[in-house]
Amino acid sequence: MTRIQPAATVTPLHPAAPTAVERSGGEPAVVLENVCKTYGRGASAVEALRGVSFDIRDNEFFTLLGPSGCGKTTLLRALAGFEHVSGGVIRLFGQDIVDVPTHKRPVNTVFQSYSLFPHMTVSENVAYGLRRLRRPADEIRTTVAEMLQLVKMERFADRLPTQLSGGQQQRVALARALAPHPKVLLLDEPLSALDLKLRQAMRQELKQIQAETAITFIFVTHDQDEALSMSDRIAVMSEGQVQQVGTPTEIYEHPANRFVAGFVGDANFIEAEITSPIGAEVTCRTKGGLDLRANGAKARPGQRSVTLFLRPEKVRLAPKGQGTVDGQVETIQYLGNACLMEIGIGEAAPVLVSERMADVDQPRRAVGDRVGVVFDPRALQVLEE
Amino acid sequence: MVVRDNTIPAVAPRLGEKKRRAFGEVPGLRTLAFCFLAFLYLPIGVLVAYSFNDGNIVMVWTGFSTDWYVKVFGNADIRKAALNSVIVAVSATAIATTCATLAALALARGGAFRGKGATLGIITLPLMVPEIVTAVATLVFFSSIGLNLGLGNVIIAHTTFCIPFAFMPIRARLEGMDTTLEQASRDLYASDWETFRLVTLPLLMPGVLAGAMLSFVISMDDFIITLMVAGAGDTTLPVYIYSMIRQGITPEVNAVSSILLLFSIVMVTAYWFTTRQKPGPNAH
Ligand SMILES: Nc1ncnc2c1ncn2[C@@H]1O[C@H](COP(=O)(O)OP(=O)(O)OP(=O)(O)O)[C@@H](O)[C@H]1O
Ligand SMILES: [Mg+2]
Repeated sequence: MTRIQPAATVTPLHPAAPTAVERSGGEPAVVLENVCKTYGRGASAVEALRGVSFDIRDNEFFTLLGPSGCGKTTLLRALAGFEHVSGGVIRLFGQDIVDVPTHKRPVNTVFQSYSLFPHMTVSENVAYGLRRLRRPADEIRTTVAEMLQLVKMERFADRLPTQLSGGQQQRVALARALAPHPKVLLLDEPLSALDLKLRQAMRQELKQIQAETAITFIFVTHDQDEALSMSDRIAVMSEGQVQQVGTPTEIYEHPANRFVAGFVGDANFIEAEITSPIGAEVTCRTKGGLDLRANGAKARPGQRSVTLFLRPEKVRLAPKGQGTVDGQVETIQYLGNACLMEIGIGEAAPVLVSERMADVDQPRRAVGDRVGVVFDPRALQVLEE
Repeated sequence: MVVRDNTIPAVAPRLGEKKRRAFGEVPGLRTLAFCFLAFLYLPIGVLVAYSFNDGNIVMVWTGFSTDWYVKVFGNADIRKAALNSVIVAVSATAIATTCATLAALALARGGAFRGKGATLGIITLPLMVPEIVTAVATLVFFSSIGLNLGLGNVIIAHTTFCIPFAFMPIRARLEGMDTTLEQASRDLYASDWETFRLVTLPLLMPGVLAGAMLSFVISMDDFIITLMVAGAGDTTLPVYIYSMIRQGITPEVNAVSSILLLFSIVMVTAYWFTTRQKPGPNAH
C-alpha cells in the first residue's frame, strides 16, 4: 500500500507557492470514491455519508453546501483523519489516505470554534505545526511573520487567544492552518460566528488568500450566498449524498434536481404535463390548465409529467392583461432593494416573484393588485427527474 | 464582571439593599450563622492562642511566650514524626496523582470500553467507605500477605485512599476540556505523545495540581488508617499528637497542632491561587 508522507518530507515549504498554471491540468487534489460513514451500529446507527463520489481539483476553492445534518462535517473530518470511514476510498493527489493517521496527512483544518490553544500566544499557535514538522527555527520565524501579515494580525503576535475578538481568533486559526502550507485546507463553517458585515469582508479575503497561496480550499457552509460568492465549484449535499457538483452558475441556473433548486435560492415549482414533442422548447399544460412554453433541454424522451422550475427574479410583472397570465398579489415582503411577492395565478401554489426596486418611478405594488405575470420560456425549465 | 451603566444610577444600589434586607429577614438566620461559625472557629482560635501561653497548664493564661514552639522544634520525636508525615504525603501524592491522571485520561479520552461505568464507580467508591473499615481491611490485608515495608506500608495505604481525591478534580477538568484542541494538535502534525505533552497536560495542569494538593492535605491529615498500619518507628504527626494527648495535654500539643494548621492554610491558599489564574481549557 502506498503511504503518504507528512508534508515535512514530501513538500518543502514553498517560500513562493507554485503558481496555479504550473499545477493546473494535473491530477485532482482529492478523489472520493463511494465514501460511506455510519456512526454507531444496530438500531441507533446513523448513515452520515452514503456513497459520496466526486473529485476536487488542485488549487480549487471548493465548497460543500447542504442543510444541517447532511454530513458536511463528517466528510471534512474523514478528510482530516478524525473519523475513520466505513467504506470507500479517499485519494489525496493519487494516494489512498484512508489508513493514514491524522498527524501524517498533509491537510490542515480551520475549526468552526477556532480551537486555538489557549495557553499559547498567537505566534506560538501559528508556529505549532511548523515546530512539529521540525522546521529550522529561522524558517519558522519568517513563516509565522508572513502568515500573520497575510491575515493582518502582525500587531497581535504576543497576545493570548482569550485577548482577541472572535474575528481576530478566526484570522489566527486561518494563519495557523496555512503556516505548514498544507496540500489541502479544510474550513468548517469558519465564518458562521461572525457578524454579517465581517462575514462579507472575510469572504473576499478568504478568496484572495486562496488565490495567493494556491492551496486547495475545501470550505463547508450551509449558507448559499457564501457558497455562490466564493466558490470555484460547489457540491450540494443532502442526507449523506451528493446531489450536484458544479460551478455556482450551473448550480443556481441549472439545478440538477428539485432539492438543489430549492436549497440554493428561492424557487417556483409548477407541476405540468408536456403536450408538445420533446425539444429545446416544449409546451406544457399545468394542473390549473395554463399552457406554458418552457426550456425542455433536460426533458427525457417520452417524458410526460414534469416539474417546471423558475427563479423568482426571472419572472417579470406587467400591467394587467399584458402578461402570460393574470394574477393577484397575495403577500408582499419588502427587502429594501427588492420586493418578494406571492402572486396567485389559479395554480396550486402562488408564484414567487422578486421585483428589483431599481427604477425610481416603478409602480408600488399592494396586496390585492391585479397584475400580468410574464414567464420567459428560456427561464422556465423542465427539471431533471 | 463589573457593569458600569450610568444611565440607570438609582436602580442598582436599591436592588442590592433589597437583597441584603431579604437575607436578614429570615428570623434567627443571622444568629444561627454566627453561632455556627463561632462553634467552628472558636476552638481553633483558642488552640492557637494557648500555644503561645507561658505556663504549662493548658487553660490558664499566664503570659505570652514562644517557648512551646522552641520545644516542639527541639523534640526529636516530633521532628521524626513530621518528617515521616512529609515523606508519606509527598510519595502518596505523587503516586496517587499519577494514577488518577492516567485513570481520568483513560475514562475521558480512551473511547468506549466495557465496564467504563463500573470503573468510574470503583475509583470513586472509596470516598463512601467508612475510614475505619478501610483501615481494618488494610491492616488485615497487609498482615495476611506479610507485607512489612515499614513506612512503605503507610505510603501504600495512603496512596490507595488518596487516588479518589486526586481523581475528582482531574476528571472534572478533563470533562470540561474541548476535545477539538487535541484534534487541532494532531491535525498540525503532532503525534499522540506530543499532543499529550504540549496540549492536554498543560491544560489539565490546574486539575492535576488541585488533585495533588487535595491528596497531600488528606494524607497529612490522616489518622485512623495510619494508626492501624504504621509500625512503631513509622509514626506520622497526627498519630504522634494523639499519643502526646494521652500523656496529658500540654501547650506543646497546641503548638504542633498550630503548625499543622498553618501548613494546611498555606496549601489551601496555594491551591486557590493556582486554580484561579490559569486560563480555562475552553475559554475563547
Ligand atoms: N459522533 C457522532 N455520533 C453519531 N452520529 C453523529 C456523530 N456525528 C454526526 N452524527 C450524525 O451524522 C449526521 C451528519 O452530521 P454532520 O455533523 O456531518 O452534519 P453537518 O452537515 O456538518 O451539519 P451542520 O451543518 O449542522 O454542522 C447527522 O445526522 C448527525 O446527527
Ligand atoms: Mg457541521
